[in-house]
Amino acid sequence: MFSYYLRLAAISIRRHWGLSLIMITAIGLGIGTAMTTVTVNYMMSANPIPQKSEQLFYVQLDNWDVNDPWDEGQNPPDQMTYTDATNLFKADKAFRHSISAQAFAVIEPQDPDLLPITVNARANSSDFFAMFNVPFLYGGAWNAQADSNKELVAVINKETNDTLFAGKNSVGELLRIDGNLFKIVGVIDSWQPTPKYYDLSSGAFNDTEALFVPFSLIAEEKITRAGNTSCWKPSGDGMAAFLRSECVWLQFWVELRDEQEQQDYQAFLNAYVKQQKQLGRFERPLDNRLSNVMQWLENQEVVADDAKMMMAMSFMFLIVCLLNTVGLLLAKFLGKAPEIGLRQALGASKATLFYQYLVESACIGLGGGLLGLILAWLGLQSVAAMYGDYMKDLTGLDTTMVLLAMLLALGSTVIAGLYPTWRACNVQPSQQLKSQ
Amino acid sequence: MLESGLIIRALMRNKIGALLIALQIALTMTIMVNAIFMIQDRQQQMARSSGINEGDTFYLTNTIFAQDYNTRVGLQTDLNAIRKTPGVVDAIQINAIPLSGGGWSSGLQTQPGEDKDGVNTAIYMVDDHAINTLDLELIAGENFSPSDIDWRLPAQSAWPAKVIITQALANALFPDNGQSALGKTVYISNNQPMQVIGIIKNLQAPWNGWSGVERSALVPFQMETRSGRYFIRTEPGRRDELMPLIENMLAKSDKGRIIRRLTTMEETREQSYRQHNATNKILMTVVSTLTLITAFGIVGLAIFSINRRTKQIGTRRALGATRWQVMRYFMVENLFISAVGIIIGCIGTVSLNYWLVNKFNMTPLGFELIALGVVTLVIVGQLAVLYPARKAALISPATATRTV
Repeated sequence: MFSYYLRLAAISIRRHWGLSLIMITAIGLGIGTAMTTVTVNYMMSANPIPQKSEQLFYVQLDNWDVNDPWDEGQNPPDQMTYTDATNLFKADKAFRHSISAQAFAVIEPQDPDLLPITVNARANSSDFFAMFNVPFLYGGAWNAQADSNKELVAVINKETNDTLFAGKNSVGELLRIDGNLFKIVGVIDSWQPTPKYYDLSSGAFNDTEALFVPFSLIAEEKITRAGNTSCWKPSGDGMAAFLRSECVWLQFWVELRDEQEQQDYQAFLNAYVKQQKQLGRFERPLDNRLSNVMQWLENQEVVADDAKMMMAMSFMFLIVCLLNTVGLLLAKFLGKAPEIGLRQALGASKATLFYQYLVESACIGLGGGLLGLILAWLGLQSVAAMYGDYMKDLTGLDTTMVLLAMLLALGSTVIAGLYPTWRACNVQPSQQLKSQ
Repeated sequence: MLESGLIIRALMRNKIGALLIALQIALTMTIMVNAIFMIQDRQQQMARSSGINEGDTFYLTNTIFAQDYNTRVGLQTDLNAIRKTPGVVDAIQINAIPLSGGGWSSGLQTQPGEDKDGVNTAIYMVDDHAINTLDLELIAGENFSPSDIDWRLPAQSAWPAKVIITQALANALFPDNGQSALGKTVYISNNQPMQVIGIIKNLQAPWNGWSGVERSALVPFQMETRSGRYFIRTEPGRRDELMPLIENMLAKSDKGRIIRRLTTMEETREQSYRQHNATNKILMTVVSTLTLITAFGIVGLAIFSINRRTKQIGTRRALGATRWQVMRYFMVENLFISAVGIIIGCIGTVSLNYWLVNKFNMTPLGFELIALGVVTLVIVGQLAVLYPARKAALISPATATRTV
């Protein structure tokens, strides 16, 4: 029976090709637009580390000016001071913890013929690699000893390894960075979490760094600090004074395995800030925050308002397209009243008629879905072209999205077809036959 | 209109079809008006001037890696060489670029003390050539003199004694009378005094999305840094020809540094508003396809209803109705449907806008845009129904005598 209905549907679609074309185009455009915006939103709000996003927590403390609070008192500062980060690090109350800050370096290749290169770098403590599941191609992370001994060790990424060592295993090689010789301990394989959640301070979709060195080298001025820095109090001259200051410029993450560890850590933070209050710091009310990865992305509004607004709009757009389809299907099916009357008089049950017209709606839905996929693909290409680098990792159409698009198209068209089908099946055969 | 009663009664007998179109029109209007509103909002933001000459300017980063490099001498040598290059109007070292997204901000206050409120401002560290290089308009006071320029060491906390501020910053610091800022003392880092020696008309901060984007201050500093930026203005039309020349000249003059990231201000503006531009294009596409789809829906349903009524139309024609009267019937019918849709649409538009205003902190929508939406949709509806109505008018009276 199904193939017979398919044939009927084909005949009907061909006979009313104009109406059918409008419907398929409308559904296609609706699905295409909705899928484009859904994909962008989906990629922007993707969980960059699903395995442990619930165990990684970003720590915020409110050390800001009591007269002029950060973010008008809505949120604590989004980065931390050197004093607090190193105190929390020394207290060692979390399963793992990572201090990190952006840095900047000039690498001078061994080969005197090659020009020096400037790279974005990161100064971080050893747990960083284990916490954020950084994949290694060769070697691995430095150990905690290297942090405390301020050893000149470095981890480089694959691209830098390709440039400087032609992709060979460079572990153990020496690298001249800002005039000092660093020993390479590890080479990172391709790694680009999207969003780049571990440091959102200068853009959520930036590239990961080319070079990683121990955080303790910043205080030694063996690596140049970079990135956003916010201060509210005069700090005094020189690096030592800057490190003692109330300026916030680094990110502090902890890994806490369960609810109990979280509560303990929160209690520890509160106790720490209370103790600092006695030293005359932290004049604002207690506001220590632990946000897990997804909460942090939400808090930092990584999914742009524009993207959310456009997704809302595109769903309304899809509804318009579906209303359009309901109207046109209604027109089409009611136009067949005489035919339906005839078939009913010849003994077709309502159920079979219902089935037949649903098959026809589904065919149109399928057509619309396919067109929608093509349009979504085109839409994403143009989004990628228009937004440039910012969107380059956000515009892939994966299997989940393809399936979702087809499901959305089929489901919505069948639902749109229900009322017209129902109306068509309730045609009075006697009346239709009379008018023949 | 004579047939209105008739048309409404006929419409009521086939409510669903008409209601579907009305709903489509309503949603189309809701989306269209709000989308156009968002587009306008963005365009206004993009139209703001950065205050500097964007057409003839570019900048580059100078990164020193040699260990024995004299940064002070190097800076002076570089600036002298660039300024002397034929075709260059002027050049400065600067710590941040308007519209670029990265920069330095600080609080200024009118009274010293830790417990006093401050006004945040972008800080541009420049020398006495800044006003000429950036092409700023000094509306009061005077420029820095060469002797005002201090050296700034890395991580230095002391600030110079003079400052030039934008009009917007003057108004924010002295809300009663911005002009009175000239000659006054303001405080940076809670208690370091700086005297306002000049007011410039306009200079944007590096962050285009910041609410205080018009608040900037020029501070007379030359930075002793191992990675600094040079900002260069050329004679009109000569920028592209001079960019590689200057890059080459600097790169060759000293091997202890890297010259990189040559960028024009035009590229910076493009980059800065890229998202805005793209969003606007997408919204435009959505609005136009949406209108098109609604129009096609109207065409489709009208053709259907005309096909169903072929016999009645033939009968009316046989009874003496003119072609124009038949056409008019369908056009008036569409007008009624549109009217219902537009009324629902107005409610939808205002509700969606209310939601957007609450959720995304936008300004509420003006009345003119709603009126524009109403007019557009009436026209679209009438245009869409024109073809089916003409088709109806061409039905010959003889049709009435035939059976289907």
